[in-house]
Amino acid sequence: MSALLELDHISRSFAVPAGRITAVDDVTLVLERGESVCLVGESGCGKTTTGRLLAGLLRPTSGVVRFEGNDVWGSTSGSLAAFRRSVQLVHQDPYASLNPTRTVFQTLAAPLLRHHKARRGRDVAAKATTLLERVGLTPADDFLAKYPHQLSGGQRQRVAIARALSVEPRVIVADEAVSMVDVSIRITLLDLLLALGTEFGVTIVLITHDLAVARYFGRAGRVGVMYLGRMVELGRTETLVADPAHPYAAALIAAIPEADPTITRSKQRVALRSAEVPSLLRLPPGCTFHPRCPLAEPGLCDVAVPALLPLPTAAGTGTRDVACHVAQRERRPAAELLGVG
Amino acid sequence: MNVISVRDLSIDYLTGHGPVHAVRDVSFDVAAGETVAIIGESGSGKTTVAASLVRLSPRSARITNGEILYTKDGLTTDVRTLDEEELRRYRWSDCAMVFQAALSAFNPVISIWEQFLDTGRAHGMRDRHAVRERAGELLDLVHLDPKRVLPSYPHELSGGMRQRVLIAMSLLLRPQVIILDEPTTALDILTQRSIIDLLGTLREQLGFAMIFISHDLSIAAELADRMITMYAGTIVERAAVRDLFYRPRHPYSVGLLRAVPRVSGSLGSVASIPGQPPDLRRLRPGCTYQPRCPFAVAECGDREPDLVPVDTPAHDARCIRWQAVAEAVGDTSVPAVKTGTAG
Repeated sequence: MSALLELDHISRSFAVPAGRITAVDDVTLVLERGESVCLVGESGCGKTTTGRLLAGLLRPTSGVVRFEGNDVWGSTSGSLAAFRRSVQLVHQDPYASLNPTRTVFQTLAAPLLRHHKARRGRDVAAKATTLLERVGLTPADDFLAKYPHQLSGGQRQRVAIARALSVEPRVIVADEAVSMVDVSIRITLLDLLLALGTEFGVTIVLITHDLAVARYFGRAGRVGVMYLGRMVELGRTETLVADPAHPYAAALIAAIPEADPTITRSKQRVALRSAEVPSLLRLPPGCTFHPRCPLAEPGLCDVAVPALLPLPTAAGTGTRDVACHVAQRERRPAAELLGVG
Repeated sequence: MNVISVRDLSIDYLTGHGPVHAVRDVSFDVAAGETVAIIGESGSGKTTVAASLVRLSPRSARITNGEILYTKDGLTTDVRTLDEEELRRYRWSDCAMVFQAALSAFNPVISIWEQFLDTGRAHGMRDRHAVRERAGELLDLVHLDPKRVLPSYPHELSGGMRQRVLIAMSLLLRPQVIILDEPTTALDILTQRSIIDLLGTLREQLGFAMIFISHDLSIAAELADRMITMYAGTIVERAAVRDLFYRPRHPYSVGLLRAVPRVSGSLGSVASIPGQPPDLRRLRPGCTYQPRCPFAVAECGDREPDLVPVDTPAHDARCIRWQAVAEAVGDTSVPAVKTGTAG
């Protein structure tokens, strides 16, 4: 495996009426070919902005985006267009992302023709059929002439994935792609996305607020946890779930209700010092989690921004990256320090 | 003692394409102080049932059969027969509904204090000071600072704060029953956790009964005493929370439980349910779940099965194959706790 798409110390800020906010702050993320990576975090953590930066839809305020080693924003516009084709975004809401006046065939034919992936006539029909088969909408003939309103939410999301696949992307960024479909069919959609990775070597980035979804999707891959624009923990999914190293990640995992009465009613909680999420307009100094963090130490956590650095896992099977002064100093994950490991 | 008793309730939506049978033959009881979770996916009829309990169904809804009985101080009335004035008193004072914490649940142009005052006035609380005092108490109870929150407008509050305010307002008139529609959907994890904990504490302190509607099994696992699974407009299973999670006897409940991945313990076997729910305008004879069901046999297509007792008298399932389900699923509580391989 080799680096396919790389965010190198990326930041992105936006002007808002009350000032300037930095939605993504100094994030570094290296994606390899065929890898599945999840980005998780609560609203306002910058996960969607990171997704848009990965897809080339936003230009970073600082930092470099590299695709196959080339700086995509530094070179000519031609390479930016090629990069954008290589990275496709699947949106959350399949009711809004498909044009209601176009049939499934029209939705798929437009990018196929626009990007010269198919010739008019029989070729484009055959390619549209192949795409539908690939996303499990079979027999394809039943779907080609349908309009979005004739499809269920899950079927629409499959059409959206088929459309993303039409331009033969190397990376798909799926932003909350299953959160609006019914619980009973989420798993097959996640399996479909995963299969694109294993069968066609497409790198999949799933952005989600749901850690259970992230755990299922990323079970063979990595997960990054974001908080107020920064990556606070990045590593193998199983390591994060079993042994979270950052206190915020530990608090999230402890807070999740589980679909099992015995487990969920006996879960150990992490008591935060404050329930209030700071405003992006007035971020606390040092580690932005310190006003809420049960491990925070005055003079340390409120002074310097912690760097994302490797920390060995409890099982000694490798490392994960964590941005926490206390965990790094103690060389122990926050879950252990908080007694919830 | 039951505070709510729904009997053989059926509701149609009238549409240009004929009636949609959104709720069919639904019966359940809610005892005083009890928490009942109604779970199901979009189109299962759970929100239609909940709205009918406070007669907030859309105009196109018609109750075609059944009764909704409410009991207070030993007196039972059918909510369907209340006149406007009685209905106004019943809502909020007896049975309050808490909607999803959307902005649309508030009047956007008046402050939170005025929303409290409006609600209080509409229900005969003439004394501003009494409303102010009660609002202050309730906001304290939901861990909000009354001085900060009361003068605020809805848009100035975060989603979690809005949900807390809605919960506080629902308690203004000390109802016996609170209905919550997806109370934590669209909230962040830590906020969701604080709302769940808050509901658990309030229930203990104030002793009201809760009915909540959710597609999220984990919230039911947290709070429910009993659970009702709905599918295609009808109840397919009804059981104590542990029975439903560890000894499900309807294939749809089994499918739903398997469709949700866990964060703690082992991942287990997770799978989606194939196919999709039926068109409620054109229901075929037989069990509505049959086309998706791995346990289905030919007889399942003959007629819709009755809700019959399984395992214990308080556990019902609408499935003629429940014994086969029982054999296949067994009791998952033992491995789920010890080794975490449920599912």
